[in-house]
Amino acid sequence: MNIDKQPVIFIVLATLAILVGTLVTTFIPLFVGTTSVPLDNVVTYKPLEVEGRDIYIREGCNNCHTQTIRPLPFETARYGAPSKLEESAIDRPHLWGSKRTGPDLARVGTKYPASWHVMHMKNPQSMYPQSNMPAYSWLAESKLDFGYTEKKMKVLGYPFIGEDLKAVQGKTELDALVSYLMRLGRELKD
Amino acid sequence: MAENKYDYDAVKGFAISSLFWGIVGLLIGILISLQLVYPQLNFTSWLSYGRMRPLHTNALIYGFTVPAAFSLFFYLVQRLGRTTLAFPGLARVTLYVFNLAIVLAALSLFAGMNSSKEYSELEWPLDIGVVILWVMFSINIIGTIMRRTEEQMYVSLWYILATVVGVAVVYIGNNLAVPVSWFKSYSVYAGANDANVQWWFGHNAVAFVFTTLPLAIFYYILPKVTTAPLYSHRLSIVGFWSLVFAYLWTGAHHLVYTPLPDWIQTVAIAFSLFLIAPSWASVINGYGTMNGQWEQMRSNYLVKFIVLGITFYGLQTLQGPSQAIRAFSALIHYTDWVPGHVHMGTMGWVTMTISAGFYYMLPRVYNTEIYSIKLANLHFWLVLVGQLIYSVTMWITGIRQGAMWQAMDSDGSLVYSNFIQTLTPNYPFWNMRTAGGIIFFAGFLVFVYNLYRTIKDAPSTQKA
Repeated sequence: MNIDKQPVIFIVLATLAILVGTLVTTFIPLFVGTTSVPLDNVVTYKPLEVEGRDIYIREGCNNCHTQTIRPLPFETARYGAPSKLEESAIDRPHLWGSKRTGPDLARVGTKYPASWHVMHMKNPQSMYPQSNMPAYSWLAESKLDFGYTEKKMKVLGYPFIGEDLKAVQGKTELDALVSYLMRLGRELKD
Repeated sequence: MAENKYDYDAVKGFAISSLFWGIVGLLIGILISLQLVYPQLNFTSWLSYGRMRPLHTNALIYGFTVPAAFSLFFYLVQRLGRTTLAFPGLARVTLYVFNLAIVLAALSLFAGMNSSKEYSELEWPLDIGVVILWVMFSINIIGTIMRRTEEQMYVSLWYILATVVGVAVVYIGNNLAVPVSWFKSYSVYAGANDANVQWWFGHNAVAFVFTTLPLAIFYYILPKVTTAPLYSHRLSIVGFWSLVFAYLWTGAHHLVYTPLPDWIQTVAIAFSLFLIAPSWASVINGYGTMNGQWEQMRSNYLVKFIVLGITFYGLQTLQGPSQAIRAFSALIHYTDWVPGHVHMGTMGWVTMTISAGFYYMLPRVYNTEIYSIKLANLHFWLVLVGQLIYSVTMWITGIRQGAMWQAMDSDGSLVYSNFIQTLTPNYPFWNMRTAGGIIFFAGFLVFVYNLYRTIKDAPSTQKA
């Protein structure tokens, strides 16, 4: 049989060829437990942190900042302990990133106080004159839209109480973003 | 079949759309390159770097490369099948829906609606639009191949079919998400699984948009313009099947030294090294076809584009696998080396090959000659020089920054403990990169002008 005269068979075979590597490297790991980890020790996100994370995604912070520390000596000396699977286990989507125009942020929440982030987000050049980070002062003036907060928590399956939900109201987008940044590096209990 | 029976409306429409969105995507590229050195150019939230960078990549992947493929593939399936397009009406509708979708996609990215997943940032309603467009395109491609009168499917048609299937599988697989509203959704995958699926997609967007797509054009154009027979049919068979098999295993080489389990990383690294073989099968096929024809590099401007294109493909497919190796990844991952690598592929291989395709095809579908070979040569040198400046400066500064991140004193402390010490030496290189980008853009404008004049002066256009 000459498959380059049989387009239907050709498509079927090409699809099968594509699916072998797909199944082994991406589909099977979803189920056989190699990438799933016990979640008992993971601190779930509060509503304000979820909203802050969504601001982080909206502004494309992941284009310049990674959130994964490699198990290499020079890396841990700069950023702290290597990232663990469970630290991002509940993250949808993951925000590991692929480029460090700025530094890694996996443990940035343990490095500076919230007030540092507020100042830095409003005007990075006031703290590092040669920084190339855009200023995000307008986030401080934008009221956070909390219309979908409850639905987001439900879709993501994070437990929450009404009080946490109320805490989102009246906040700015910068408040939310900073509360998310302050969480980075504090994903696990103890 | 007589020349005038072929249906070229959609071929022309998609070519023009591709050139238009190409200009938009390149302009945004120049802006974001400048923003990296001059942060005051982040004018408003809509024009800030974090939103513009996905716009740049999406405009050039989905706005430039994909419609170029729609155009060239609608041409190739008719010519190689010796038949007319199966559904010309559908092809015209696809063209309008495509341009509407790109406008909406651009607006949504400006507004910050994105899933954060690199190269598939669009939110779920537009993802559904992309899938519908792909189905419309696929129906025409497969339908036309089914009604072909030439029994044998030439290599280009294999690569077209691989593109049709491959893009569908990886795009849908990566974008599965649960909507929260019309403008927001969350990935169905979490953590390491999400990263693993994302880079399975990311690397196979490279496989099926930046590899099989230009290869389909390459295998058609090279024998056509050199009038030399393809060097080895057997090599193209082995190359094709090993390429489409091996590519899907390699995504996790983007996740070397992340928390993703080691076995997935190691399998990806091994298959990345294996990929050199099928990639170079096409390079060898190209050089073999040129055997005894090398003087055409001087006499035939199209040959220059194709041979330089396949050469950059060859370099790209050696550099890529070497980057997958752990020791090298430790040095260059997360640095500017990587955009340097990507842009050799896109500005060198992909754009050179698409340019050759348009230069070959458009005069034929408009029943005319190319407006100016001189301008085509100018275009060639500008994009070549622009791309080399871009890639080489980025490789240098990438290694430099990687080495500065690694530098430690004998007591184990970092030599450059403040990140900004490693950042600012990028600036002169980034300025050179911007210059390279502007030269490349000038070359692209020459290309577009040359094609514009070709079309405008064509007898068929004159009559209409």
